[in-house]
Amino acid sequence: MPKDGIGASTKRREDIRFLTGKGRYTDDINLNGQLYVHFLRADVAHATLNAVDTASAQDMQGVVRIFTAKDFEAVGGLPCGWQVTDKHGNPMQEPKHPIMAEGKIRHVGEIIAAVVADSLEEARDAAEAIVVDYDELPAVIDMKAACADGAPKVHDDLTSNLCYDWGFVEENKAAVDEAFEKAAHVTTLELVNNRLVANPMEPRVAVGDYAPHDDSSTLYTTSQNPHVIRLLMGAFVLGIPEHKLRVVAPDVGGGFGTKIFHYAEEAFCTFAAKQIKRPVKWTSSRSEAFMSDAHGRDHVSKIQIALDADNNFTALRTDTYANMGAYLSTFAPSVPTWLHGVLMAGNYRTPLIYVNVKAVFTNTVPVDAYRGAGRPEATYQLERCIDKCARELGVDPAELRRQNFITPDQFPYATPVAVEYDTGNYHATLDKALELADVTGFDARAAESKKNGKLRGLGIANYIEACGIAPSNLVGQLGARAGLYESATVRVNATGGIVVMTGSHSHGQGHETTFPQVIADMIGIDASQVEIVHGDTANTPMGMGTYGSRSLAVGGSAMVRAAEKVINKAKKIAAHLMEASEGDIELKDGQFTVSGTDKSVAWGDVTLAAYVPHNYPLDQIEPGLEETAFYDPANFTYPSGTYICEVEVDEGTGKVEVLNFTAADDFGNVVNPMIVEGQVHGGVGQGIGQAMLENCAYDADGQLLSASYMDYAMPRASDLPMITVDHSCQTPCTHNPLGVKGCGEAGAIGSPPALVNAVLDALNRNGHAVDHIDMPLSPSRVWTAMNQ
Amino acid sequence: MYNFEFVKPSSVEEAIAALKEEDAQPLSGGQTLIPTMKQRLNQPSKLVSLLGIAELNGVSAEGSTVTIGGATPHAVVAADASAYPALAALASNIGDPAVRNRGTIGGSLANNDPAACYPAAALASGATIVTNSREIAADDYFQGMFTTALDEGEIITGVKFPVPEAANYQKFEQPASRFALTGVFVAKYADGVRVAVTGASNDGVFRWTEAEEALSGNFSADAISGLTVDASDMISDLHGTAEYRANLVKVLTGRAVAAC
Repeated sequence: MPKDGIGASTKRREDIRFLTGKGRYTDDINLNGQLYVHFLRADVAHATLNAVDTASAQDMQGVVRIFTAKDFEAVGGLPCGWQVTDKHGNPMQEPKHPIMAEGKIRHVGEIIAAVVADSLEEARDAAEAIVVDYDELPAVIDMKAACADGAPKVHDDLTSNLCYDWGFVEENKAAVDEAFEKAAHVTTLELVNNRLVANPMEPRVAVGDYAPHDDSSTLYTTSQNPHVIRLLMGAFVLGIPEHKLRVVAPDVGGGFGTKIFHYAEEAFCTFAAKQIKRPVKWTSSRSEAFMSDAHGRDHVSKIQIALDADNNFTALRTDTYANMGAYLSTFAPSVPTWLHGVLMAGNYRTPLIYVNVKAVFTNTVPVDAYRGAGRPEATYQLERCIDKCARELGVDPAELRRQNFITPDQFPYATPVAVEYDTGNYHATLDKALELADVTGFDARAAESKKNGKLRGLGIANYIEACGIAPSNLVGQLGARAGLYESATVRVNATGGIVVMTGSHSHGQGHETTFPQVIADMIGIDASQVEIVHGDTANTPMGMGTYGSRSLAVGGSAMVRAAEKVINKAKKIAAHLMEASEGDIELKDGQFTVSGTDKSVAWGDVTLAAYVPHNYPLDQIEPGLEETAFYDPANFTYPSGTYICEVEVDEGTGKVEVLNFTAADDFGNVVNPMIVEGQVHGGVGQGIGQAMLENCAYDADGQLLSASYMDYAMPRASDLPMITVDHSCQTPCTHNPLGVKGCGEAGAIGSPPALVNAVLDALNRNGHAVDHIDMPLSPSRVWTAMNQ
Repeated sequence: MYNFEFVKPSSVEEAIAALKEEDAQPLSGGQTLIPTMKQRLNQPSKLVSLLGIAELNGVSAEGSTVTIGGATPHAVVAADASAYPALAALASNIGDPAVRNRGTIGGSLANNDPAACYPAAALASGATIVTNSREIAADDYFQGMFTTALDEGEIITGVKFPVPEAANYQKFEQPASRFALTGVFVAKYADGVRVAVTGASNDGVFRWTEAEEALSGNFSADAISGLTVDASDMISDLHGTAEYRANLVKVLTGRAVAAC
């Protein structure tokens, strides 16, 4: 067996270049004759934009050209990739999303003009000389106020600020309401899923280039999905055919969703480079990132669970307001609907579910997918409400959950919200987490904390998520304007080494390590013989990119299918070389053998024959050894798990310390346990960040209050406990060739409710009857809740 | 950042002369000034660095007084102010290592950020702010948020701290900036106890005189248990309400006393 095959905790080969400063990020790309753009951005949230006078700025030193909205009259708006149909069967309201503000400013940070100059400082100097004539309008910030009659409209050409009013499943609504009327107990909880800024370590960067000799454009950009950007920008914005447009996303320093989307700055740099015929570069400052990267979450919800007299869940209904911001970012409409509503069953047998979502335009930065995208919002509501329910009923929160679990014998399980879970064993992860977290020893630990003047609490949360998005024919019915397959080309070289060109994109996930492990396992060669190429539309097949924990489940499956084609062809060659029947050829440990004989040829002999076909069945197969596969999954995959968080609360200050965190996940089969563990660590870190620290806040005028790291608190290492991670509970996915499920988002989905449940447990155990505290659980909020 | 001239004199006299130019500004560790310049919120014509003046750098102890040069970085105070352990401990927990190796005590006191740590130490210690032209008692020096008794062109050359019998600083960190959301410095001297609070008030650092009186009679956390802190002038923001900060003032004062 190869030493770095499936199941080996191989160290990440890409880390050598990242950790030694040899990574090649977009900002490291500097082209001959390159110019720099500075964007003049709005500093008010809502205004009529009367005129933009660039005359005096145009004459300043170093200025090459200044662009305003007028320059983009012949250019399309930024497209939205998903159309949601509302509960009446009508399409969502979809306003134009211009490259630059047209006639109106709709959020702080929106681009008003762009100065292209020899240097960034000269561009910034000139931007200060641009005179913007505008009349400020009342800003619409609060979602419920935005939906009130007579509220100022973000888009004057729409009927209201309501993007859509979505009901799911609309046909179930009456039955759900009836079940609530018959319920023995109903628990109601109103909560906020706080707005977040993703803050990848690397801010966004774009470099546009134009080649006059063949009229082609190239965009270097910090993207999770370069082919998607090529299609959206080329076809819908700039009108450049794909064969004249190359998009390169080289090393990318973290994405977390916010680098999925097609942004105005990308289209601008590509457009301006062609106009000026010189490369144009933009590097976001951190301040710009806060007001131009798509934000995440921002739901305001009311959830209700109905139970019968035996504490069985009989029905569930939720009402959510989901903030879209000022414009529809690329996949924004899908997040609160098809990535949120369909997960509302969670791990439970609840037979009747109705989800209502009102998506609302406000004068804020657009909101779109952020690690977990909709699933954290669903899980948070459900797991918080079940906890409250257990407290109201006076039952053990773990046992109330267990009682209502979908049982192992019920899989595949069709939920009342349209999805079918293929596999799972929620009892197993619950038992594993309870054991690893030493829940039976909690009372003794709580007593010890009390001696030290601290309030100790323990919180449990289960999660189910849908990832590896998804069957293209299904998402097409749901409103996706794209397919969601993945691609791979496996190119075997003459001397036996392999290059895999994948449509997936690695921006921290470790594909360059894990994908070769799979190939090594299939062929029986060393993983070091396999190289992964990704991130460049010029040398990879059309792929949909990396998000929604889909790389291994979808991209890895495409690679497996391409490798299977390669192996099948190699067996034909080997059969010819050994004068045997193809059906008798076996491949193991890099050797082709004829079963029942001692004949063998090495992998390298076969690959050489493929490219030097002197002794070769040319009448039956072509020379060469390279195959491409596109894989379109039959279903989502459904990772699940149980998270347990233990905290101490300082009663005097309200400060929460996370003491222990236990994650028992079912990711199906695992290729590299170390990388999976790291993914869970990162996800839990972000989840704890959301639950305790991160708070993207606007004032009533639409000014961003948390516009820098002085006020936006990212989780630091010292905020996190050691995290116990277990993925021994494995129910492999039944419909992809690797049996894998996806692990990238789980940590961020399951951890916020576990932490909040733990804090409320600490309070309620110690005489503070508090039903709920909205995230982030800052010391001030916790103290205030205790002292109301 | 706009263009500016830069000079690095080697004496206080040269620095004062250079600062006479209109729009010239002194630069010490630059932890506030440089970020505001990078954001184009500040446009000095000339920066006069104080870091080349040897006499402004260093910690010395004589009798019951610790004197710190105005341009001494926090890291040096943390390492060398062992004669005043509570002050050294405060310095060791300002910002992060990069901040502590650049930021200076004179810069912090001249800026008088309402959430900075040093103003609490200076006020609770009854320190003396020494400038190129005079000595200013801490009680007269701090005049509200970002406001001090310093005149235009006047620079802090040193700070004299009388070493107390016991002292402790309790800093409750704002989670993002790690400035003090509220910080309380308690210093016990033979002639009484002084309590200074940073981070909490709209008026900047202040003395909690009721606590001082109570603690001067009975130096124990119990002595302040019956006191209340008026929340009406406290800061209320994203990170904490006024009532919360008022609570922190009392809680942290008690913890500082207990830790003395």
